[in-house]
Amino acid sequence: MIEAQGLTKRYGDKVAVNNLTFAIKPGQVTGFLGPNGAGKSTTMRMILGLDAPTAGTVTIGGKPFAKIANPMREVGALLDAKAIHGGRSAYNHLLCLAQTNNLPKRRVDEVLALVGLTEVAKKRSKGFSLGMGQRLGIAAALLGDPQVLMFDEPVNGLDPEGILWIRNFMKTLAREGRTVFVSSHLMSEMEATADHLLVIGRGQLHADCTVEEFIERNSELSIRVRTPEVDRLAGLLVAKGALAAPDGEGALLVTRLGMNEIGDLAFDNQIRVHELTPIQASLEQAFMRMTADSVEYHATPLPGVPVGVPVGGPVGGPVPQQPQPPQPQLAAPAQQPVQNSEV
Amino acid sequence: MTASTFATRSNALPPAKGKAGFGGALASEWTKIRSVRSTMWILLALLVLTIGISALGSHGQANNLPTNNGVVAYIHNTRDLEFGTILGQLVVIVLGALGVASEYSTGMIRTTLSVQPRRGTVYLAKLLVLAAVTLVIGEIIAFVSFFIGQSFFSSQGIQFSLSNTATLMAVIGAGGYLTGCALLAFGLGALFRNTAAGIAVPVAMLLVVDILVNAALPSTWQVHIDRYVPMEAGFQMWSTVHQPGQDLSAWNGFGVFMIYVVAALAAGFWSFTQRDA
Repeated sequence: MIEAQGLTKRYGDKVAVNNLTFAIKPGQVTGFLGPNGAGKSTTMRMILGLDAPTAGTVTIGGKPFAKIANPMREVGALLDAKAIHGGRSAYNHLLCLAQTNNLPKRRVDEVLALVGLTEVAKKRSKGFSLGMGQRLGIAAALLGDPQVLMFDEPVNGLDPEGILWIRNFMKTLAREGRTVFVSSHLMSEMEATADHLLVIGRGQLHADCTVEEFIERNSELSIRVRTPEVDRLAGLLVAKGALAAPDGEGALLVTRLGMNEIGDLAFDNQIRVHELTPIQASLEQAFMRMTADSVEYHATPLPGVPVGVPVGGPVGGPVPQQPQPPQPQLAAPAQQPVQNSEV
Repeated sequence: MTASTFATRSNALPPAKGKAGFGGALASEWTKIRSVRSTMWILLALLVLTIGISALGSHGQANNLPTNNGVVAYIHNTRDLEFGTILGQLVVIVLGALGVASEYSTGMIRTTLSVQPRRGTVYLAKLLVLAAVTLVIGEIIAFVSFFIGQSFFSSQGIQFSLSNTATLMAVIGAGGYLTGCALLAFGLGALFRNTAAGIAVPVAMLLVVDILVNAALPSTWQVHIDRYVPMEAGFQMWSTVHQPGQDLSAWNGFGVFMIYVVAALAAGFWSFTQRDA
């Protein structure tokens, strides 16, 4: 169990991590999702006490990391697979780590076998491929047979086989009842690995929910409508409370109104419709919009308010640059929503 | 792949006893220092170069003894047998700087502190292992240099003996001076977290300051300042001739030199324990 309370890190004026509060539970893989520079690594570094928080606290099993009697028995971390001395052999690297926590030497051989590095144990790690380096990092994290495991972008730069290996590995660790906390900037990776998600953007927590909930909340349906009378239909749709935006290819992308309602509305007004296609906004897109470096997405979702539910009625004005309500608008069509209220 | 491929505990570890502390940290730092080729090469270079230069130095001295009207007018100074220390200090500075700064340049420090977050423990363990290694090597160098030099001088009829307390202290002091130089670089390497600065700054402190004081200051000032610059003070540790009014005594020189060393170690400790890794 990793618990953060109001965790904040500032570098001068720049806020890297802003007031994060979360609890990471055992028995599941918790994904830490955010674009590069969102504050994922900084958060993990604060969990390990490498960086001191500007404000707030973070504990592992109820204690700050530095107060844990045998740190390796509680926490294993792989923050950066390259954070090793390349001149040291894999065996000696693991040995010098094991010695700090009085772990038996045989454990070094065990974890080497576990990650499949036994044959290169005596080789200096500077000759290792990315995948081998990653395996060595995982071996180091597993040395103390810890209850909590943290991996920062573990699949970065790995080949498909290595990615699959790490994914299954993390799931196995979670199945054994451990706390597994893994960061990534790729939604697709998290969909494949994580049970629970923490989504972070610009240091702010945007979502703390299961992967299913995240998908449900954020993949809003939009409908492509092709008609010769674009402006007229758009006006009618907006009047009904929909958001309608040109898709750039002569059609409209409509959200907040069902396919049947759009069809009926067109029929009632004798507007010919050439196409009605439901389009599922991709989760990747939803995630990018959620965490985009944009003033619209400053807000932190309130507890109990589902992330991504658009709030506020239809806005009649034609100007998209109006001050937006503070809630993030998610999964709207890729283009800036233009509300065509006029014909 | 099957799930069994990923069994993460082939043998469950015994329950943890006690606390990860200083003993483990010492063992770990000892493994670190001996498992990297670069430190082994530096130690070898230190040994060979320092003893070699000392031997050349004492050979030259012994064969070009100063005379006064045909009478040998040599003043016994154990320093003449330990000439290589002047070069050795530069080599040992590299070792000291690498001691901690290399962990920052490779990123290893983040791994180190992720397994032992109590930074004071890590710093002291590193310091102690470096001090022990350099002291052992330093004393080997000092005594070997002494015996080689002694044989050259004795063939010229001049006797040095370790039964003379001042001589013995100077030989021990030569090894101690090398250890002090390593610790000076260790502290500064930890302060700057950079190997280059960890080497350049102590070299500047020892050599450049000494040269500047001797070359740039008016002699009336130089006389008062010179004895307190780190290298001049440290040199008294391995010298048996101290000019009254010009040099510090051996013990005072040791004390002044150690003030610089301790200040560097304290600054390094602050940086190591207080700043983000």
